Amino acid sequence: MAVAEPFSPATASMFARTLFLLIPLAGLGCFAWIIWRRIIPLLRAAADPRWEHFGVRLKLVLKIWLGQWRHPRYLLAGVLHIILFLGFLVLGARSTQLVVLGFRAGFTLPGFGGVLGEVYNVVKDYAATAVLAAVAVLWVRRAFFKIQRYAVPEGLGKDHTPEALFILSLIATLLLSESLFEGSLLAATGGWAAPGTLAWGFSHLLAGAAIPSLAKVNLISYAVHDLTFFFFLCLLPLGKHFHVITSLFNVFFMRVRTGNVKPVRHGVSDAQLDEVKSFGVKKFEDFTWKHILDFYSCADCGRCSDRCPANIVKRPLSPRFISIKARDHGFKRYPILGAPATEPEPLIGGIFSEDEIWSCTTCGACEEECPIGIEYIDKMVDLRRGMVDEGKVPQSLQKPMASLEKRGNPWGKLEKKRADWTKGAGVEVKSVEQGDTAETLYFVDSISSYDDRMQKIAQATARVLDRAGVDFAVIGKDEKDSGHDVRRFGEEMLFQSLRDQNTESIQASEARRIIVNDPHALNALKNDYANMPPVQHMSELIAEGVRSGKLKFRGVDDPAKTYTYHDPCYLGRHNGVYDDPREAIDGIPGLKRVEMTGNCRDRSFCCGGGGLMLFYEPEEEQRMGVVRVEQARKAGADVIVTACPYCMVNIEDAIKVAGLEGKMEVIDLVELVDGHLQP
Amino acid sequence: MKIFALITHKDGVADDSALELAAAASALFPGSAPIALLTGSGSTLESACKDVAASYGEVWKFDAEALAYPNAELTRPLLLKALPAGSVVLMAHTTFGMDLGPGLSVKLGAAYVPDVVGAEGLEGTSLKVVRSEFSGQVSAHVHADVAAGAVVTVRSGAFRPDESRDKAGQVVDRSADAAGLASRRRFRSVVQAEAGDIDITREDVLVSVGRGIGEQENLELVKDLAEAMGAAVACSRPIVDAKWLEKPRQVGTSGQTVKPKVYLALGISGSFQHLGGLKGNPFIVAVNTNPKAPIFQVASVGIVADLLELVPALTEKINKAK
Amino acid sequence: MEILVCVKRVPDSAENEISVGSDGTDIQRDDLTYGVNEWDNYAVEEAIQITERLGGNVTVVSVGDGDTEEVVRREMAMGAGQGLLLTDPAFEGSDGLGLARILQAAVKKGAYDLVLTGAQADDGAAQVGGMLAALLDWPYASLVNKIEVQEGSLVIGREIEGGAQEFSDIETPCVLSIQTGINEPRYVGLRGIRKVASVEIPVLTASALGLDPATVGAQGAKVRRIDYFVPPAGAGADMLKGSTADLAQQLFELLKAKGGLK
Repeated sequence: MAVAEPFSPATASMFARTLFLLIPLAGLGCFAWIIWRRIIPLLRAAADPRWEHFGVRLKLVLKIWLGQWRHPRYLLAGVLHIILFLGFLVLGARSTQLVVLGFRAGFTLPGFGGVLGEVYNVVKDYAATAVLAAVAVLWVRRAFFKIQRYAVPEGLGKDHTPEALFILSLIATLLLSESLFEGSLLAATGGWAAPGTLAWGFSHLLAGAAIPSLAKVNLISYAVHDLTFFFFLCLLPLGKHFHVITSLFNVFFMRVRTGNVKPVRHGVSDAQLDEVKSFGVKKFEDFTWKHILDFYSCADCGRCSDRCPANIVKRPLSPRFISIKARDHGFKRYPILGAPATEPEPLIGGIFSEDEIWSCTTCGACEEECPIGIEYIDKMVDLRRGMVDEGKVPQSLQKPMASLEKRGNPWGKLEKKRADWTKGAGVEVKSVEQGDTAETLYFVDSISSYDDRMQKIAQATARVLDRAGVDFAVIGKDEKDSGHDVRRFGEEMLFQSLRDQNTESIQASEARRIIVNDPHALNALKNDYANMPPVQHMSELIAEGVRSGKLKFRGVDDPAKTYTYHDPCYLGRHNGVYDDPREAIDGIPGLKRVEMTGNCRDRSFCCGGGGLMLFYEPEEEQRMGVVRVEQARKAGADVIVTACPYCMVNIEDAIKVAGLEGKMEVIDLVELVDGHLQP
Repeated sequence: MKIFALITHKDGVADDSALELAAAASALFPGSAPIALLTGSGSTLESACKDVAASYGEVWKFDAEALAYPNAELTRPLLLKALPAGSVVLMAHTTFGMDLGPGLSVKLGAAYVPDVVGAEGLEGTSLKVVRSEFSGQVSAHVHADVAAGAVVTVRSGAFRPDESRDKAGQVVDRSADAAGLASRRRFRSVVQAEAGDIDITREDVLVSVGRGIGEQENLELVKDLAEAMGAAVACSRPIVDAKWLEKPRQVGTSGQTVKPKVYLALGISGSFQHLGGLKGNPFIVAVNTNPKAPIFQVASVGIVADLLELVPALTEKINKAK
Repeated sequence: MEILVCVKRVPDSAENEISVGSDGTDIQRDDLTYGVNEWDNYAVEEAIQITERLGGNVTVVSVGDGDTEEVVRREMAMGAGQGLLLTDPAFEGSDGLGLARILQAAVKKGAYDLVLTGAQADDGAAQVGGMLAALLDWPYASLVNKIEVQEGSLVIGREIEGGAQEFSDIETPCVLSIQTGINEPRYVGLRGIRKVASVEIPVLTASALGLDPATVGAQGAKVRRIDYFVPPAGAGADMLKGSTADLAQQLFELLKAKGGLK
């Protein structure tokens, strides 16, 4: 500032200057202490190496953190938050300058003298104004409108609205006090303020007031700002606004791959697992430091739970409260003042119930939605590992797990019957069991091999592969369940046993590529198994066939019907295959297809879960499949096309339960294609 | 050797098994004149003995206060005292039979032949029976050396009850044998099952509905039929899963086990799990649009028809005839 | 409490279609997998829960050979502290009483407060527990679905007809046969089994048990299973035909005759 100032907080009095030096010192000291206390549990937590893929991580920070990429998915709140966030970033420099102005009159940040400084002043004033407007809207919205995803279910504590309103009020105080500080100074100097901004407003309001009065206003507003700022700073790590500080780190360290599951313990190889005393997460300190950081970072926005299918059908699971409860548990065990707890406290039976953790279908909707990069699936899997380790497995799951161990499939059907489906395929199906070799291996997996209905999908797959000219073979009776859901239900050792057996068979087949019709198998082979040849889903192969012209379809059988495509979780969200299935369907001339807008692609609604989830008996008010079928109906469809045999089971059942037999049909993509191949 | 049949009774009436045991005795030991054994106390024992006397030539009554509630641990030493060596004791394969039988056979030094479903007969001292193993998936021929007697339990419904009631049985009071009975197990109380107000296990006639019913509204038709028949409504698992009927109405291995006399299976395919809950030898009428439904293997009478048409027609017929 | 639980190795009969072997002497065993008898598993879980609450030891015992050992080991992986295997060629062909005699000898070798068996196994005889109690001259209760430990005795619940529960006091030591549903058995995973893979399981032969071979095995058996056969499938249903009105009439008459109308 070139113009000499008529007053400033640093020159008001010796007392003032001392005070404004002590406040930041005390504030920062307090803040540092609080941050240190928050770091302690991270040091006691399990290891989690998150430095690799540095470049990818930087991109994620730019896109998700700085770019607020996920925020507009909830448009109003999203845009308001973007304003708030960008405003905070912009005002960061001003806030720093303000702190120093308390004891160093006329201070400007290095580089902020000159043109940059002038431009910045304008920008910051508009920023402050915009942020206040946003805060006002948010305040009214929060106070007077019952937004569903913010509601706190019974038994989970008090409503969070007072906390939210309090923080918003503090932010408003900061903005107003800063603008008043600026405005009072401008009124005294007659300086120019950017029109329409708060500072401009205050400067006009105060124009003509006597200098001593302005000095008082300036001093008081400064003091309010200083105190509020450091109060706010120290308050952040105590609640959901901790994310203001942690979000940058949480996004930097967020998961870079989807579909995979963390190892039992980072740094412990499979061979060393026998030495591990305890598997999974049983107490708070068993979580990795990143998971604890996740708990800290939860902004309580409720988007995860709003999209969580388990939560929507009222199973006892709400991902938001997994984070909030764990966070509060952590805060209790590691208080700011007082000694940290030393006695281990079991989480299951404590803050979490068994059913709560078994209810998760691992669909990934929560992780897809979270704007701060919080992960849930690994935590669920770890908690399940802990329960399995203690034998706490629901009876309904024990039987299929025992069958998987003994027979390699959850129904306990005979191994030698695994390839019986090939007899009805209508084309010859080679099998490694019979000594055949082929360039492509068709990994069928359990449900398509054994289930009467799903065998039809396997048979259709064989026919389509044949028509596409693919030289393929199946493993035969030595194929075991991929173990995909065994792993996600916490039985890691059984998964490894199945994985190792299959790996041997796959490598012995010498196939150079693997084809699957089952997205769970796709995910397992791609993301759980190692050293596999490239794996493709049938939808990808069919889309390729459509593009190259190798697969030609005749006109759709029933042009009057409206089709819609249901994105299976493990094909879409977890493996990013959204377009190929659509291209495949659209390859059928005359087929009318609609989207379940708002619930398609990465917002697809889980059918109810596959693998072991078919056996679990959940407490719920409705079936997920029924919700999905109703969504299809609302979109105007009468045929649902899916690309996963588990989705098929759930949706077929749901159609019956919803009483829509005759009004809604479901068909697998491969069956649809098979039915329309040109003769 | 003397053949005895241990008869259980409630509220003065003998259990249905009494007549089945009489039939079993004839089948297993042709020409035998089984003696009925009843334990209990007071007037209810009295009436039960009279009830049974029409079917057995001789009835031995054991009246003692300690025996008011059947306690296998008391009945066992009682029978040990009262029965001559080498006796054969027949009883129903019930929770009481399972409690009493094995230990009794050891104390008597006799062979134990449990859960008999069929009789081949007696050859010298070799008793030849048919048993069922592996949840009914296979049957087995079993021979038992009954030279030193036997304790045989008979599966309910395996033998057609002998309804002749043509014997004027003598009731012999053997209560003296029951004096001074003691055991190291003392009865306390019975807590009834909290079935709510639905207990299909006690029903003689069940109208059972499966997926073939189509829509939930159609259940009304079935309820009307059940009402006209004076029967209870039951169902298979998918109906409960869909929450159209309550769980206590489900017949099956994961639901209730029922032993009705008449079972109407409407729109039920007849899966092993469902049939696993259907015991005894009910008269099964199956209605299904699929002629290949497995239910037709086990049903007595089958109809390939749309139950939505047949059921109201039947209800009307029944109501008209009332 | 010192608890002994008797377990049996049986074929897993979930999806296993049990069928008769070619010569009828046994079932087809080639494709079978085996595991612990379901009722026995509930008994082991109950024993473990009792000792977890009140202290003591659980010993799991089975009569059989090397294959049977894997079942005993699995129950130890579940949490039973000790295992015991009773093996001898003389035991082969034992009937229920023979098995009870063998187990009686094992019980006498220890100092148990409670012996548990499953209520029944694959052959549905439900006999060994009751026979064992009689041989030991201990009180017995079958189909137990609730156990409450008191001083010197137990309060037990038995599952009786109609799903009702019959409560009694029973003095210890006693033998109880356990009904399914008494508890929720904990899961035993691959990891648990690996943890007990090298634990020693003592083996006792007939002479170690002081048994006269003539009283056990095929020699001592009074009851013999001669063969297996498939019960003749009924001819199937008598199929009725006609118009809806006809069928309704026929059904009406049939139901009346069979006591279906009240």
